[in-house]
Amino acid sequence: MNIHEYQAKEIFREYGVPVPRGGVAFTGPEAKRVAQELGGSLWVVKAQIHAGGRGKAGGVKLARSLEEVEKIAEELIGMTLVTHQTGPEGKKVEKVYVEEGADIQKEYYLGMVLDRATEMPVMMASTEGGMEIEEVAAKSPEKIIKVAIDPTIGFQGFHGRKLAFGLGLAKEEMKPFIKFAEALYKVYMDKDANMIEINPLIKTGSGEFLALDAKMGFDDNALYRHPDISEMRDLSEEDPVEIEAAKYGLSYVNLDGNVGCMVNGAGLAMATMDIIKHEGGEPANFLDVGGGANPDTVAKGFELILQDENVKSIFVNIFGGIVRCDRIANGILQATEKVDVNVPVIVRLDGTNAQEAAKILENANIKNIIPATDLSDGAKKAVAAAKGEL
Amino acid sequence: MSILVNKDTKVIVQGFTGKEGTFHSEQCIAYGTQIVGGVTPGKGGQTHLDRPVFNTVKEAVEATGATVSMIFVPPAFTADAVMEAADAGIELAVIITEGAPVRDMMYAKMYATKKGMKTIGPNCPGVITAQECKIGIMPGFIFKKGPVGLISKSGTLTYEASNQVVKEGLGISTAVGIGGDPIIGLSYKQLLPMFEADPETKAIVMIGEIGGTLEIEAAEFIKNNITKPVIAFIAGQTAPKGKRMGHAGAIISGGQGTAQEKMEALEKAGVYVVKSPADIGKKVAEALGK
Repeated sequence: MNIHEYQAKEIFREYGVPVPRGGVAFTGPEAKRVAQELGGSLWVVKAQIHAGGRGKAGGVKLARSLEEVEKIAEELIGMTLVTHQTGPEGKKVEKVYVEEGADIQKEYYLGMVLDRATEMPVMMASTEGGMEIEEVAAKSPEKIIKVAIDPTIGFQGFHGRKLAFGLGLAKEEMKPFIKFAEALYKVYMDKDANMIEINPLIKTGSGEFLALDAKMGFDDNALYRHPDISEMRDLSEEDPVEIEAAKYGLSYVNLDGNVGCMVNGAGLAMATMDIIKHEGGEPANFLDVGGGANPDTVAKGFELILQDENVKSIFVNIFGGIVRCDRIANGILQATEKVDVNVPVIVRLDGTNAQEAAKILENANIKNIIPATDLSDGAKKAVAAAKGEL
Repeated sequence: MSILVNKDTKVIVQGFTGKEGTFHSEQCIAYGTQIVGGVTPGKGGQTHLDRPVFNTVKEAVEATGATVSMIFVPPAFTADAVMEAADAGIELAVIITEGAPVRDMMYAKMYATKKGMKTIGPNCPGVITAQECKIGIMPGFIFKKGPVGLISKSGTLTYEASNQVVKEGLGISTAVGIGGDPIIGLSYKQLLPMFEADPETKAIVMIGEIGGTLEIEAAEFIKNNITKPVIAFIAGQTAPKGKRMGHAGAIISGGQGTAQEKMEALEKAGVYVVKSPADIGKKVAEALGK
């Protein structure tokens, strides 16, 4: 789960990670009021969406008067922002964050993720603040300094010094930087984060380090022990079909093709997408109906797939283990009574009781349901059906 | 021969009396696995599935001589259960539970490693030595005995691969479902040398997926250490970037962990890489000259 910049900064404040003062606003007049309370003569108005690259896309603007704050906020709220991370459809801005202007002397990058190779959290810093870290990693990986932090010893001075020396900080800058990094480590661990990105981290004219931006993501498996963070979830940032799927314990991801897929198990679901492509088609979705596929989940699966108007055929690929194929075959028949399935459905059921399942489908003799003998046969038929060649 | 587990392996079940623990323990017993008891705190002294229940892993190990634990306890208590097993001298913990927090598993794996306990999973189907010992939730009948070792991040794709191998007139020595979480126990790099050393295993199938670098590390290892043919399939060639595909660890982040880079690395290491998941069985037969 990801949260907004303003929410991440609230958490940062709580943990003593320095951030500029600011407040969130849902309307122009609200934004003006926030600016007034902050005082000063320079403000930054920032669109709040779950995607990077907001600056370049026109979602972050400077204002030099209260009237300007209000005007910019009114322009931003309601607009659809397209950045390199939102996809071409963009994301609608529902709120802005109004922040006091900062005296930027130098920009850095500071981030944390789980390093799967060392199985420890790793802190990464770079002097290339403001640039995409992926770009830095590709072009000049030597400019990224990484330290893996063994959680059994926690953040130590040497971790901080390695980063600080790597960034070429001056002697008097070491202490505030290390204090910043240590607080950030604590946020990451305490909150079960799986990603923190501060880009840029700035050094001000007075030698202070401030998180000018803040992105945070969390381990979904740990949300049960962080009700405060669960509350920060913004459903408007997520795909409504994915939310609907999750309610039924299904895992769905929308794709661009026209062959719908319904599969049990995430690995087999990905493999099914791959074989559709391999046979000359394009998958319309990833859909894992889970180990315990039953008539209800299958019916819901059809509904989810058919929400996408591009879908021209559906490939149901189930390998029955503990779940018996005859039960799934009956589930498919019941589902077609509940949901109007108006495209060819190619069904491949293998594993426990596969032969009984084949008989059930055969005897039902439903025009739109086409049995397949194996994975390859199913994929070929589904692709042909999508092209109208079956 | 086989790897990790066989007909003589004594197994206890943590979370023995729960719904999942009960159902799958019954299935394992029916398969022939020596389930010698279980642990459910507070139910010590009772009998479940004709086997003794203990309050602690320590007591279970002392009374039964078990060396392996199959773990079904709920996600919030999984790490605790793993660490208790390690503390009690268990040699291998097979963690079936899905949804354990990553931070917990990070600590649990570090402690297990310190205590010399191997782990498999979490969020995995378990391990099976065909027609001898099943520790997990896989449908046993798909795994006929034979010369092929199998390592996989995915459950149903493991069944699919085994089914294809059996259809070619071959079979499985041991199959290990390593799970698709960001932090997992035994992985390709630890399991490959076990299969290399196992005289019964003549070829190895590895099934990977997008996310992380385990397959890349495996490629490097295979190049220098493995002489038996390795056949690989990587799921998620068509997966979009930045989207989690079911498994917690199956995500291409920052352009890293794509199927393409993994396939290339494996090909360079001399692995038979199949593009289509329907070709796994055929490729194994080809590699074994059948």
